Amino acid sequence: MSRDGDRLPDLPPAVLFAALDGCGDGVVLCDSVGRVVLVNAVAAEMLPGVEAGTDTARGPAAELFAHDASPGSGGEVPHGDRPGREVRPADRPREVRYGDRLIRVRGERAGLDHHVWHLTYAGLAGPAGGVAAAFALRAERRRTEFLLDAGRRLSASLNTRRCARATAELATGFLADSAIVLLPADLRRRVEWVRVTAGRGQASARFEEGAVPAADTATVAGLADALTASPHGGVWRLDPAGTPGWLVPEGFGDAGHLMAIPLPGNGAPSAALVLARRAGGPPFDEEDEALARALAVRAGAAIAAATLYREQSDTNAILTGDLLPPDLPDVDGIELAGSLRASEQAGLIGGDFYDVYLPDAFAAFAAEPYPQDITGGAATDRDIRAPLVILGDVCGKGARAAVLAGQVRHSLRTLLLLESRPERLIELLNRALLASPSPNSYVTLVMGALSRAPGGHTRLHLSVAGHPPPLVLRRDGVVERVAIRGSLLGALKNPVLNAVTVDLAPGEVCLFYSDGVTEAFGGPSAREMFGPARLEAALGTCAGMPVAALVERLEQISTEWLAGGEHDDRALLAIRARGASG
Amino acid sequence: MSNLTIAHDLSASAEHYLERIGEADEYAAVDVVLGLIEDGVPAEDVLLRVVAPAQRLVGELWASGTWSVAREHGATAVSERAVAAISARVRPRPTLGRATVACADGEYHALPARMTAEVLRLRGWRVDFLGASVPGRHLVTHLQQTGPDVVALGCALTTRLPRVHATITACQAVGVPVLAGGPGFGADGRFAALLGADGWAPAADAAADRLASGDLPSFPAPQTTGHLAGEEYAGLTRRRADLLTRVMAGLTRSYAPMASYSPQQLEYTAEDLGHIADFLGAALYVGEPAVFTDFVTWTCDILAARGVPADSVSHGLRIFHDELEDLPQARTLLAKGVEAASGAGGPGEGTR
Repeated sequence: MSRDGDRLPDLPPAVLFAALDGCGDGVVLCDSVGRVVLVNAVAAEMLPGVEAGTDTARGPAAELFAHDASPGSGGEVPHGDRPGREVRPADRPREVRYGDRLIRVRGERAGLDHHVWHLTYAGLAGPAGGVAAAFALRAERRRTEFLLDAGRRLSASLNTRRCARATAELATGFLADSAIVLLPADLRRRVEWVRVTAGRGQASARFEEGAVPAADTATVAGLADALTASPHGGVWRLDPAGTPGWLVPEGFGDAGHLMAIPLPGNGAPSAALVLARRAGGPPFDEEDEALARALAVRAGAAIAAATLYREQSDTNAILTGDLLPPDLPDVDGIELAGSLRASEQAGLIGGDFYDVYLPDAFAAFAAEPYPQDITGGAATDRDIRAPLVILGDVCGKGARAAVLAGQVRHSLRTLLLLESRPERLIELLNRALLASPSPNSYVTLVMGALSRAPGGHTRLHLSVAGHPPPLVLRRDGVVERVAIRGSLLGALKNPVLNAVTVDLAPGEVCLFYSDGVTEAFGGPSAREMFGPARLEAALGTCAGMPVAALVERLEQISTEWLAGGEHDDRALLAIRARGASG
Repeated sequence: MSNLTIAHDLSASAEHYLERIGEADEYAAVDVVLGLIEDGVPAEDVLLRVVAPAQRLVGELWASGTWSVAREHGATAVSERAVAAISARVRPRPTLGRATVACADGEYHALPARMTAEVLRLRGWRVDFLGASVPGRHLVTHLQQTGPDVVALGCALTTRLPRVHATITACQAVGVPVLAGGPGFGADGRFAALLGADGWAPAADAAADRLASGDLPSFPAPQTTGHLAGEEYAGLTRRRADLLTRVMAGLTRSYAPMASYSPQQLEYTAEDLGHIADFLGAALYVGEPAVFTDFVTWTCDILAARGVPADSVSHGLRIFHDELEDLPQARTLLAKGVEAASGAGGPGEGTR
């Protein structure tokens, strides 16, 4: 409607009245002293007896036309308002009972001296509805919102604990003073539970969790049924007098009403829900029961899916546990740090691997755990075993590559029981790979056997098979590339293997890395390869760093180079000879 | 014992501790923190009033060029070990809920997040700390597998915010509320709210207080914030590589001192240009010019401390400005950046 000042076209009043009477809302126009000037047809039907001349401050409709008392929100009707005075804001909408009806009323200023009231039946019940219908409609709308909210929250998570908490919270907000979700007994015959209790007054809801022996739930009549019932079993009322203390929270007071509902899962209940209302509260009626069942169906499906997911990820964790990089052991005289970033599409595992083999694990009779130089003299005796560090890369990416990497690590562990000479070990590994039934069993690796050398030095006897050669960081920051390569394993009957010995003074570092680091594409142009020179330059800035910091810094530089782009598996393993400074 | 505790001047301990980590002396640093705990200083105080202030100084010493990057990283690595030692020594039984603490994807400032993890653990939470630079999908997989009540997500650099936004949304999509922390969200946490995080805390103890207050929702509220990134952010990101190549070429042509740059200096310059592009993108993403101008000022100060004049920065910004003809918001930001550069970075000493 145009409100172009007061310059309305000269319409006959009859036309304006007709327009108002056609309006779906009730409209009552009052003058500055609160006397009714005009009532439209809908308002006349809503408020029998209110007509032009009625004083709105008196009579049964007075409450409807009361202005807000709070300051700044209307106040009393100002008499003789004149242009230039502050315009009174509208009254806040409110709902008022009138006779057997609930009316929503909104008042606002009209022109300079008048006030207009808009009236509608609350809950869209229409003129034909009564309070009961309005309330029913409102309740229905709340139920719909509740179920939508339940669906949204329960579909988000694939975790049983979160789904159980969401269920208990939803139920507490709508159906009960306290709600507990009990999961089926685990392998140790314990029942985990999650409980949410509504706060009293302004207090926020309380969340608790715990576990009880399955035997304790079996003794509660009704609860045991809910946990084991057929998928669409019934609803059980529990006897508040016969329930154990743990079922309701501390300080809850007496539970007046308890109801147990199975949450249907795959063939059997995926959990059970117990609702508690305090003594003195209303008992659960049929509608509550229907709503609880509706919630149970949604919650049951969510918890069943989460349970399935958990079973699968538990299995997965067991299967892949050995494929994750190992915790690095303490080795006398050196510090170790490693980093493995699997190609992101494949989760945490990939075809790059590193490992450390300690001699004690292989020969209890080893003369000493950390031998003198194994490359010369009696130290080559096969009973004297050196700690071995390896880093390798199998052909391919993802789970398939990780499985082969795991086999290589395991083969080496087994071969070490029989053989300790690095070159010989690698030859045996090559034969094992050639005999492997799976195609493309190719591996590159670098292996270092550690030994002590005079002057507190550490000696690394390195063997390289088709792998990028290690780098050595000297104390003065100079970086040397160890110049050996050798052929990859799993391809040739007689691979070319090269060995070289590197001497590390205290504080010096030997870095093993996979080609995922040097062959990462990125940089400012996003198309450039990181390359060995950049890795060497980066390593050169790390002199004096603890080895963990060094590896993290190199990993960070490599990741930043990628700038979020896709990448291959990337592995780093650094061996630092302990120096006087640690 | 209590008298002894009061007698402990923790700022003196922090200084002492700083000396130890400055020498990358892990054993001595661990002795300092464990010694304090032995004397009855609460572990949380050792973390927040000894380790944290020392680490803040480490950052300042690096920024001023007093410490090399190697020394800074070494000190931080030693602090990691000190925090781990505290964690091994003080092990309260978890009585509260379960929390996951992680650094955003690409975020390598892990120590503040680690401290948050430790403080939460000391307050009785069961905590999983996932470490530096956690890719979003790894984080979400972890959330689905462990079902924590909250994720505390750390971000120190504003340039990570677009990716952090995706991570926050992903966490909430699996029904876990996100508590944001770290200076990347702005000094007052304004970007945390902008990106739809359920809460924000400026520091580790504040994070623990916030969780204890119970005013964080147990489940994230449905998101109402819509699409944030303007077209300009998307445009800039799409052509980042090409843009950087062109700016580098432009700079080589027009900035005379570049002719005598060593390959290493050229690498650093390319890196710095990349940072300019990233901060420009972040400022566009969150719609906050200060994100860019603060970065320019900071860069000029860092360069000045290493003897590089600030005019190299404004020169670079001008070339960006010329290359981005069709991105008016970006150009406005770059003009502001030039202004900021002219007011920053006095002559300095030392080399990069």
